[in-house]
Amino acid sequence: MPYRLLRFALNKKYAEPPMFTEPSKLKKSYDVVIIGGGGHGLAAAYYLARDHGITNVAVIEKNYIGSGGTGRNTAIVRSNYLTAEGVNFYDKSVKLFLDLSTEFNLNLFYSERGHFTLAHTDSALRTMRWRAEVNKHMGVESVLVDRAFIKEIIPEIDLDCRHNMPVMGALYHPPGAIARHDAVAWGYGRGANMRGVEIHQNTTVTGIEVKNNKVVGVKTNKGLIQTNRILSAVAGYTPSITKMVGLRTPIVIHPLQACVTEPMKPWLNAIVVSASFHLYISQSSRGELVMGASLDPYELHSTRSTLDFAEGLSGHTLELFPFLSECKILRQWAGLSDMTPDFSPIMGKTCVEGFYIDAGWGTWGFKATPASGKTMAFTVANDQNHEIIQPFNLSRFEQYELVGEKGAASVGH
Amino acid sequence: MKILKCPINGPRPIQEFIFGGEYRPMPDPNNTSNETWADYVFNRAGEPGIKREWWYHLASGTWFIAEHDTVKDVFIKTYLLQNITEDE
Ligand SMILES: Cc1cc2nc3c(=O)[nH]c(=O)nc-3n(C[C@H](O)[C@H](O)[C@H](O)COP(=O)(O)OP(=O)(O)OC[C@H]3O[C@@H](n4cnc5c(N)ncnc54)[C@H](O)[C@@H]3O)c2cc1C
Repeated sequence: MPYRLLRFALNKKYAEPPMFTEPSKLKKSYDVVIIGGGGHGLAAAYYLARDHGITNVAVIEKNYIGSGGTGRNTAIVRSNYLTAEGVNFYDKSVKLFLDLSTEFNLNLFYSERGHFTLAHTDSALRTMRWRAEVNKHMGVESVLVDRAFIKEIIPEIDLDCRHNMPVMGALYHPPGAIARHDAVAWGYGRGANMRGVEIHQNTTVTGIEVKNNKVVGVKTNKGLIQTNRILSAVAGYTPSITKMVGLRTPIVIHPLQACVTEPMKPWLNAIVVSASFHLYISQSSRGELVMGASLDPYELHSTRSTLDFAEGLSGHTLELFPFLSECKILRQWAGLSDMTPDFSPIMGKTCVEGFYIDAGWGTWGFKATPASGKTMAFTVANDQNHEIIQPFNLSRFEQYELVGEKGAASVGH
Repeated sequence: MKILKCPINGPRPIQEFIFGGEYRPMPDPNNTSNETWADYVFNRAGEPGIKREWWYHLASGTWFIAEHDTVKDVFIKTYLLQNITEDE
């Protein structure tokens, strides 16, 4: 046992310093107010302070940081998307992730595992071949592999799926990784706070003041704040915030559920996704299997869990890994996914001056955290959309210029 | 098990139904601007509340309207489209 741990165990006062300071109250005004203390809001705050020298910033979080999707996801990071716009954006994120532990001096347990998307049908194989070509063209490692290749890396898998939709091949993406999601929020939060950003937890935004189509202030349950720039980074809560400034968006909220099993010895190094079986599965560094399924089938703003999910997911897991039949599910939970019609985010400036949006992260936004933070910070600092987020503007819908990205996890195509 | 009441077939398990999205009156396609049409095609009232939604009963092929509290996940009432009252 490390000496430090022993010392803490014996010491009555727990001496670990807090990750960030809790400001006592809100100031009268800030240069930028960020709504939402998830990974995206905190990353934007971090890059605003670090890269643009804007430090008079408040992050307003109604709960505790990381309490939204950031602390609930299955932590898969990859960039093997279908469209050039998507690959370009997510590849930037993967590259930023690689340096974050060092940059934060905080171990994110970023662990490259290799990511398999299984094909159970001809049409899935065809899309994967297409995806692999787009990926390679964009310089992202991604290749179509056969059954023997899969079996060699994951000997425990039953590729015949008990003769129900056998696996025909897979898209293999070696840089696919998992990371400790809450540490991503803490790392960005601490880094932003060290540079002067205030993080206000347990503070809810209840309204936004707009005058002459310009934002002038934010109402919270702890008082009014003056500001000319607001970044909304609230993912599953976006429609309530956009309503405050009179913006309409295509976002519809559905819950997405996940679960972990009891821990076991390491046996699964890779990340396995099957769209046909609505399943994704990886083994955490603690030994638990982390598993997710497809979206809940109807609109809902609640993080309740269902037996339907646990039953469906277990059934599908057993088709691929029959030996897990005695394995127990330990915990189950849900988060809110802000879905868009083209499975792509909504980012950048809006027609309300000073109101910036970062939303539409659905089931795929954890991996985007660094790139989203960086590009939104640029956009807010310069009042100009960063070029790689240009295709993701809210105005794309009224111009009928959708992105056409269906490479999102748990979404069949 | 979650139960939803089909106006024709009575209470049935939710697995027998498909969610069809928010109920929205359609603007006249021949007589509308591109912006209004795009708003109808793409935008939704995504915030939480009591909503009117389209639902489809698979076994009998019935489309109907359900009033659904999207925070509590409670279905308040269900009826056929012809019984809808225009608005509130
Ligand atoms: C079960 C599950 C599995 C997932 N798996 C993956 C995955 O494997 N890989 C991947 O890339 N993505 C995954 N995702 C998606 C990912 O989790 C989200 O897209 C991402 O976390 C969004 O981050 P965020 O910072 O934008 O929002 P969040 O982390 O949701 O933060 C938004 C914050 O805003 C706060 N807030 C809301 N309203 C207000 C208000 N009025 N005032 C103040 N604060 C407010 C909330 O409390 C919340 O903390 C998954 C999601 C779920 C639910």
